[in-house]
Amino acid sequence: MDPQQQSAIQGAKVLMVGAGGIGCELLKTLALSGFHDIHIIDMDTIEVSNLNRQFLFRRSHVGQSKAKVARDAVLRFRPHINIRSYHANVKNPEFDVDFFKQFDVVLNGLDNLDARRHVNRLCLAADVPLVESGTTGFLGQVTVHVKGKTECYECQTKPTPKTYPVCTITSTPTKFVHCIVWAKDLLFAKLFGDKNQDNDLNVRAKKEASSSKETEDVFERAEDEDIEQYGRKIYDHVFGYNIEAALSNEETWKNRTRPRPIYSKEVLPESLTQKNGSTQNCSATDVDDSTVSAMPLLGLKNPQELWGLTQNSLVFIEALKLFFAKRKKEIGHLTFDKDDQLAVEFVTAAANIRAESFGIPLHSLFEAKGIAGNIVHAVATTNAIVAGLIVIEAIKVLKKDEDKYRMTYCLEHPSRKMLLMPVEPFEPNPSCYVCSKTPLVLEINTQKSKLRDLVDKIVKAKLGMNLPLIMHGASLLYEVGDDLDDIMVANYNANLEKFLSELPSPVINGSTLTVEDLQQELSCKINVKHREEFDEEKEPEGMVLSGWTQSPPTKGESASTSKNESDVDVTESSSGPEIASKKRRLSETEPKNHKRETENVEGEDDDYLMEIEDDDLTEIENPMTVSKKKKRVA
Amino acid sequence: MDGEELTEQETALYDRQIRVWGANAQRRLTKSHILVSGIKGTVAEFCKNIVLAGVGSVTLMDDSLVTEESLNANFLIPPDENAYKGKTVAEICCDSLKDFNPMVLVSVEKGDLSARSTEFFEKFDVVVIGYGSLATKKAVNEKCRKLSKRVAFYTVDCRDSCGEIFVDLQDYKYTKKKLEEKVECELNFPSFQEAVSVPWKPIPRRTAKLYFAMRVIEVFEENEGRKHGECSLLDLPTVLEIKKKLCEANSVSESHVPDSLLERLITGTIEFPPACAIVGGILAQEVIKAVSGKGEPLKNFFYYDAQDGKGVMEDISNSFTS
Repeated sequence: MDPQQQSAIQGAKVLMVGAGGIGCELLKTLALSGFHDIHIIDMDTIEVSNLNRQFLFRRSHVGQSKAKVARDAVLRFRPHINIRSYHANVKNPEFDVDFFKQFDVVLNGLDNLDARRHVNRLCLAADVPLVESGTTGFLGQVTVHVKGKTECYECQTKPTPKTYPVCTITSTPTKFVHCIVWAKDLLFAKLFGDKNQDNDLNVRAKKEASSSKETEDVFERAEDEDIEQYGRKIYDHVFGYNIEAALSNEETWKNRTRPRPIYSKEVLPESLTQKNGSTQNCSATDVDDSTVSAMPLLGLKNPQELWGLTQNSLVFIEALKLFFAKRKKEIGHLTFDKDDQLAVEFVTAAANIRAESFGIPLHSLFEAKGIAGNIVHAVATTNAIVAGLIVIEAIKVLKKDEDKYRMTYCLEHPSRKMLLMPVEPFEPNPSCYVCSKTPLVLEINTQKSKLRDLVDKIVKAKLGMNLPLIMHGASLLYEVGDDLDDIMVANYNANLEKFLSELPSPVINGSTLTVEDLQQELSCKINVKHREEFDEEKEPEGMVLSGWTQSPPTKGESASTSKNESDVDVTESSSGPEIASKKRRLSETEPKNHKRETENVEGEDDDYLMEIEDDDLTEIENPMTVSKKKKRVA
Repeated sequence: MDGEELTEQETALYDRQIRVWGANAQRRLTKSHILVSGIKGTVAEFCKNIVLAGVGSVTLMDDSLVTEESLNANFLIPPDENAYKGKTVAEICCDSLKDFNPMVLVSVEKGDLSARSTEFFEKFDVVVIGYGSLATKKAVNEKCRKLSKRVAFYTVDCRDSCGEIFVDLQDYKYTKKKLEEKVECELNFPSFQEAVSVPWKPIPRRTAKLYFAMRVIEVFEENEGRKHGECSLLDLPTVLEIKKKLCEANSVSESHVPDSLLERLITGTIEFPPACAIVGGILAQEVIKAVSGKGEPLKNFFYYDAQDGKGVMEDISNSFTS
């Protein structure tokens, strides 16, 4: 190793965000490569399903902090280096711009878009280079983000979690994932979650339920009501009565297959108590909540086995009984958790019964769990390879070897003989709202949308802001913070419930809003365009945010002035010669094209891949598409 | 499918990877036996990966004693002299690997790999030679090929920040997913001997230079009786002499193998850990593919060079001449 490289490594102070699949490998490779000063942040604790790849962890560590255990494990083979661990969320206020400024480079091994965007913004604000990474299955990618030199993490739109139109979920499912979403977000939440929680699906459920007076309280269980009877009542209501009610609307079924109502008496014997031993009888055995399971009671062992309608119905009733018999205290504040066996059993069974009703193929518990829990596909090898690539890029960044920066894709099948494909990084996107401060455009019905809708659906969900502040001209419409007095809080809360056009400073067609996040030191402008109607299927949020419809400012060589640029390759047509090789194709920034790209990635067999709550990552660009567009390294 | 079901414990531990390659592939993995020799950085990475993946057993061969240098890229060796004193690299690594996954049987086999009889290799499904000499690689590959059962054969070598993997799966059938259909495919692999003696002239010019450079180094170490990596800048004249001869014999110009690359390979004797992680990762992925019979295998060389960042597959066989 050359001396220059050696001193760059030894003098570096590095921040690692994430000690999961990539993180374990990365910490090991950094330590072996001679890094002396490594800080590592991770809020997670260790789970059994991590152990197949997060090799610094053992079974005895389950439940402990990933950052801390990873640190201890690496110190065992490199005792004299400095590793500092933080068992905390990277979005916590203590990790502010000043905290980030102490590092020479930040290395991400994160598992979600939200945290990635947050770290990207802090790195931009602190002017610290970022090496970003992700893997799913055999695919992986590593990218380098240096302010002013290469694009930032948000210069290209990222796939956002897939959402489904409400009516597809409540009335017209066509895929198994629709049944899962219904079972998990609607039925499970309704039965065992917070009854006051007002999500769209619950509202629908209430409406359906209240269509007839008698069914108003169908989900309420009377104190002395027999659990099995209650379970059968729920079963008949959601799989029988509700389907029958839906069938009465002929219009819906004109071009669709009609679902079949299913009642418990058709599939289950009169009383289950005799058949499989009553739940009440087993309650004497004292078991831990998380291990309560309906499967053994029904003689079901293999999670990969496909259950028929009767088996699913038995699991449905049995799981529901167990919730009331063994986990009564939790009812009312349960949320679905992929590691909660009983919840997974209930959701699998409910989704399968609904699937049967709608003529959709049934799935095993193993498969259903993967869909319901958005479980990432992960193997050790890809993480190890990606970690190696991160360290190689980090060393280049430390040596300021700008010409050599590369983004690298790990492929499953070779493309032009390559399994590891390096690509020159892009220049910053001049119309990026994060690193270039270009205004965004929001189409919204200003008379029918409340400020709350804007805050929840746009500022938080789309722009990923943590502690937002919204201004219209000089008027402050909304902010979040600890230092606000009661009057201000009351004012802001009142504003949240107002329609945009009725705010103290009315937001109407042509208004420009300033949205800021003080922690991320990010500020952006939103130009508001009033629009009356939105397509419920295609635009379920009732508003459309676009960052690239605006023509880019005069900065740099970007020559896009018209809207018909979608297929123009700027590389050849209009940029200056010396930067031509690194210019992005404008077509890529078009949301339309972007969408196609992400569909390619997720499309194959995981159309359910939504937001990942587990480790590692999903937002992989399709390198095949990328390779066609981007200049390859010679 | 073949054999019994995965246990509940296995399903829980391997959950995330079963979602990648399926339960059948996992079952085949848990029944596979892997022999590994020459445990330096890249092979340590490889061993970690296959132990985590849950193969049936891993047998380690490396009688060398632990030195300062072996600590460099091998995280399986704790840097505590009291712990490793008097033990071989294989013994120390065995202890660490067992810890990674209690469901995998890890053991040590003493002695010289090249002295083993053909029958010895019959116990294994996969044989991996790390940092082996030309003679060892040829001899073991021939023995594996004599067996009636198919043993997947691999060699791996890392120098400076470059790596080479060689694969011999003999006549190999596998299934490939094409759109929705499963397609049966078959590949015929040349032996190591055949693959390293392909005439250079017909090989396409864009082939990785590392293929030729590694052959030069191999011959150099063989001629001079050196162990892997036992070389320095002082050896450059001899290495260039060998290169000249090989180029002449193959009737290609000397520019075919850049001097700068050869210089890198003989001077960069300390392993570069990120390259070890990358090459060890690719090798493990290939072994997992071969054992599970799923996915298109690498045929028959793989090269990685951190300097240009490319990881390329090269198919080098006599097909160029025919």
